[in-house]
Amino acid sequence: MDIGILINEGPYTHQASDSAYLFARAAIEKGHKVSRVFFYHDGVNNSTRLTEPPQDDRNIVNRWAKLGQENNIDLVVCVAAALRRGIQDENLAPGFRISGLGQLIEAGIQAERMVTFGD
Amino acid sequence: MLHIVNKSPLDRCSLDTCIATAQPGGALLLIEDGVYAATRGNAAAGKLTQAMGHLKIFALKADLEARGMADRVLEGVNLVDYGGFVDLVTEHATCQSWL
Amino acid sequence: MSEGQIKKFMYVNRKAPHGTVYALESLEVVLIAAAFDQDVSLAFMDDGVYQLKKGFNTKGLEVKNFQPTYRALDDYDVNKLYVEKEALEARGLTEDDMVVPVEVLSRTEIGKLMETQDVVLSF
Repeated sequence: MDIGILINEGPYTHQASDSAYLFARAAIEKGHKVSRVFFYHDGVNNSTRLTEPPQDDRNIVNRWAKLGQENNIDLVVCVAAALRRGIQDENLAPGFRISGLGQLIEAGIQAERMVTFGD
Repeated sequence: MLHIVNKSPLDRCSLDTCIATAQPGGALLLIEDGVYAATRGNAAAGKLTQAMGHLKIFALKADLEARGMADRVLEGVNLVDYGGFVDLVTEHATCQSWL
Repeated sequence: MSEGQIKKFMYVNRKAPHGTVYALESLEVVLIAAAFDQDVSLAFMDDGVYQLKKGFNTKGLEVKNFQPTYRALDDYDVNKLYVEKEALEARGLTEDDMVVPVEVLSRTEIGKLMETQDVVLSF
């Protein structure tokens, strides 16, 4: 089944991005397709390559990038929300792309399920 | 449909509104801080038990374990892992996250 | 699904305005969604009903007043706005306090509508 995901919160402060990641990984392991993850509100902060957690902590940005690249997930960061929060192409982690809110609606239209993670 | 609640019932009204809104035959999955509602002795436990009359209740095991609450899960609550979470999403036509 | 098929989208708003950005940014989603010719409805529940309380004056906060945008929704053919009856009552509000025409429904009625949707997005 084709599943789309919406993430509304940034990494490390709120559990949303962790929950979404573990959900996405489980969906892929079960043979489903996660076609797109859309990052909105503070969720855009999941996409900056300037993120540098301590060695013993998970790297939320890198693991999204890795999961995305290995499974052909379209990781889309909302442009308006991103620019408001200082996320630009220059500091975007590999595997992510910045685009418009239309990509969220399109995911809702094309995916068979949409799951939202947030606060 | 599937309803997902991620807030402690003692912090926000998400669980109350969800239970009052959800139609009979639906499923309710508790994740993140929402899992506290599924534990014995919690002030919301009675409400949740009552909701079992019209909703099937699930809680994410990893969230209960992380919070040290896995040994006091309310009777009638079904525990799922992330794979089970995925199954709930695919088995129901729509889902609503009560953020 | 095939091209051109129309899905039913419901946007559920349950957060108060100004304290967090959700009200404003979900309004932006709805405006974009309107361009996709989908079947759009908005549900305002819990503190979300405060988003429609008429008379915003944001001068003192030095932020943009986004309330006029709700009045523009009708121009985009977004006119299914449902407001939770119990939420209004719990907050001392009535339908007359709403900045745009709305349909006041009980939680159960909103729950039934929710069941008929293809996509439910909440902010």
